[in-house]
Amino acid sequence: MINLIENKFRECKKEKRPALLTYTVAGDNNKNSSLKILKSISEYADIIELGFPHNTPIADGGQIQESSHRALKAGIKINDVFKIAKKFKSYKKNHPLILMGYYNLVLQYGENNFLKKCKTSGVNGIIIVDLPWPENKSFAKKCKKFSVCYVQLISPTTTLKRMKGIIKDSHEMIYYISMLSTTGGKLKVSSKKILKNYQKIKNINSAKNLVIGFGITTKTISSLKLADGLVVGSQLCRSISKSLEGGQNPVTKLNKMVKNLKRKII
Amino acid sequence: MKKSKLIIDKHDKNFFYGGKFGGNFIPETLKKPIDDLTVLFEKLRNNRNFIEQRDYYFKNYIGSPTPFIYLRNLSKFIGGAKIYAKVVSEANGGAHKIYNATVHCLIAKKSGKKYIVGDTGAGYAGKMLSMAAKKFGLKCKIFMGAKDIKRQKPNVKAMRENGAEIIPVTTGSQTLVDAVSECMRYWVSNCDSTAMCVGSTVGPNIFIKICAWSTSQISRELILQIKSEFGKIPKKLKLINCVGGGSSALGFWNEFINYDKNQIELIGVEAGGPRNSKLHAAPLTNNSKIGILHGAKQYVIQDKEGQIGKTESISAGLDYPGISPIHCYLKDIKRARYTAISDEDALEAFKLVSSLEKISPSLEPSHAFAEAIKIAPKLKKDNILIVNSCGDSLKDKDIIKKRLGHYSR
Repeated sequence: MINLIENKFRECKKEKRPALLTYTVAGDNNKNSSLKILKSISEYADIIELGFPHNTPIADGGQIQESSHRALKAGIKINDVFKIAKKFKSYKKNHPLILMGYYNLVLQYGENNFLKKCKTSGVNGIIIVDLPWPENKSFAKKCKKFSVCYVQLISPTTTLKRMKGIIKDSHEMIYYISMLSTTGGKLKVSSKKILKNYQKIKNINSAKNLVIGFGITTKTISSLKLADGLVVGSQLCRSISKSLEGGQNPVTKLNKMVKNLKRKII
Repeated sequence: MKKSKLIIDKHDKNFFYGGKFGGNFIPETLKKPIDDLTVLFEKLRNNRNFIEQRDYYFKNYIGSPTPFIYLRNLSKFIGGAKIYAKVVSEANGGAHKIYNATVHCLIAKKSGKKYIVGDTGAGYAGKMLSMAAKKFGLKCKIFMGAKDIKRQKPNVKAMRENGAEIIPVTTGSQTLVDAVSECMRYWVSNCDSTAMCVGSTVGPNIFIKICAWSTSQISRELILQIKSEFGKIPKKLKLINCVGGGSSALGFWNEFINYDKNQIELIGVEAGGPRNSKLHAAPLTNNSKIGILHGAKQYVIQDKEGQIGKTESISAGLDYPGISPIHCYLKDIKRARYTAISDEDALEAFKLVSSLEKISPSLEPSHAFAEAIKIAPKLKKDNILIVNSCGDSLKDKDIIKKRLGHYSR
C-alpha cells in the first residue's frame, strides 16, 4: 500500500521545499463550509490536518477554541468529522489527511471503532494532543495496524532521553512544538533557536519527517523553511472568525491565505 | 487494599488508581514540569526539615488544630444520631483550601519559581492561594470563571486585596471547569517560570497527591480529637463531607480509610443542583461514564461523544462535572458511599444549622449537613455523625440573602 504521508514528504523534498500543513476544525463554521475550505486550500496545502473539536481543550489557544466552539454549536458530531474526511478524500484520493484532537473523544468512540472509521474514511494519520509517550504506545501500535500514522509530539521541554524513546516509537511523521505555548501563541522564540532544536531531533534519526508547528503565520513561516514541514493552524482559524465577522466568504479568504503561505516557502 | 499505604499512593506505575482512574493525559510540553514536580514532591515529603516547616505553618499560620464540636442543639432538634462538626472553616482564610495553597507555595519556593497560578470556583482556592502567595513572596494569578466572579464577590475582593491578578474566564460555562482549563493552558505557556496549583484533588496525578496530602491535616487532627472526646474510635461512626473535586473529603477521610466500613462509613455528598434541574454536578451519584477531564480519567458528566457536560449548582465550589479519581476508586471498591443533595435542601440545612448552632457553614458543607439531617433521625443514639464544615458562609452572603431574604452571621 502506498504511504501517502511519506510520499508527500518525498515529493516536497524533491522540490527542495517544506511541506505545508494546514489545520482547520471540522465543522467550522458548518459542515458544508468546512469541506469547501478543505477542498479549496488543498490546492496549496500538501497535508491537511482536520481537528475534531472538544469543548474542554487544555492545550488550545483562543483562536482554535473559537473555531471548535463554532463547530460544536453547528452540531458537529464525530461521525460528521469522518464524513467530511471521506468526502474530501473522494475528491482528492491521494491527498494526505490527518485528524487531530483530544483523547476522550477517541476513548468514548472506542479505539478500534475509531481506527476502523479512520480507515474507511481515508484518514492517513492522527495527532492526539493529550496522550503523550509512553502512555500512547499501545494506541500507536493499533494505529499502525490500521495503516494510520500516529504522529508523536516533541516539545522544547522534552528531555534527550525521552526524545530518543519517542523517536524510536514514532511512525513516518513527528511534530515538533516550537515553543512553550498553547496553539496560536505569538512566536516568542527565535527561528534560529527553533531550528537548533529541530536539528537535534533530526540528528537522532534523519529519516523521520519532522514538522514544526505552533506560532507559525505568514509573517514567520519563511524563516523556518529548512524544516521538512510547517503547520499553520490558528492563523487560519482566526481568519475564519474574521471573515464571519466581516460578512466575507471564509473559503476564498483562506484560499488566498494558504496560497500566500505556500508562496513564502517555495 | 494494603493497609499501610496512604490512599494517594495506591496507584500503579502509570498513576492509575484501581487500574483505571487517574493517569496523566497531558500535552507533551507538561510532561517534564510534571515529572520534575513529582520528583521534588517525593523528595520533600520524605524530608524532615520540610515536614517541620509544613507543620510550623499549619500550626502558626493556618491555626491548627481547627475545632471539633458537638452540635447539641441540632442533634436534639433532629433526634437520632449525635451530630458533630469538624469546623475546618476556622482555619486561616475560612476554608480547607489553605492547606493545599500553603504547601504549593512552600514547594514553589523550593523549586525557585517566583510566580504561582491557580484556578478557583467558589473563590476559596483562589483566596487562599493569593494569601499564601503574599505570605511567601510569590506573584500570583488566579483564573476564575466570569459567572463565579459575579456570584462570589467577597472572595474576589479578598484576592484583589492580597495583590493577586484575577483573570476572568469567559469560555464555556464560565465556571470552575473552564477556570481549570484556562489555568492549565496558561501553565503550558509558562511552565518554565511559573508554578501551578490545582485547587482540588483533580488534574494530573501529582496535583491530586499534593492536594490530598495537604488536606490530610484535617483527619490527623480529627483522629486525635475523636479519641480525646470518646476515649476511642466509636463503633458506629459516619464521616460526611461534600464533594466537588473532592479535596476536603479526602483530607477528612485520609486517616480513616483503612478502618472497616462497618465501623466508619464515609459519605460523600455531591451537588444535586436545583430540584427540577437535570444539570446535577453529581457524576458519582448519577453513574456517569468514565472519561478524561483535565488530564485524568474519572467518572465525568459528558455526552456520548465525550464532550464535557454542563452542570448547575447553587454552590460554586461543587459546580464541577468531574470528581477526583481517588473518589471514583473509593466508589468502585465500595469504601465510600456517594449521594446528592439539592440546592433547596442545602439552603434549608444552612438555615437550620446556622440558627441552632454557632457555626455558619458555606453552601458547600451545607450539602453535607443536609445529608446528616436526613439520616440522623433514622439512626440510634450510639451513632456518631461528623460533618466537615469545610467553608464559611460569608462568601455566599449575596446568594443566601437572595434565596432566604436575609443573611446574618
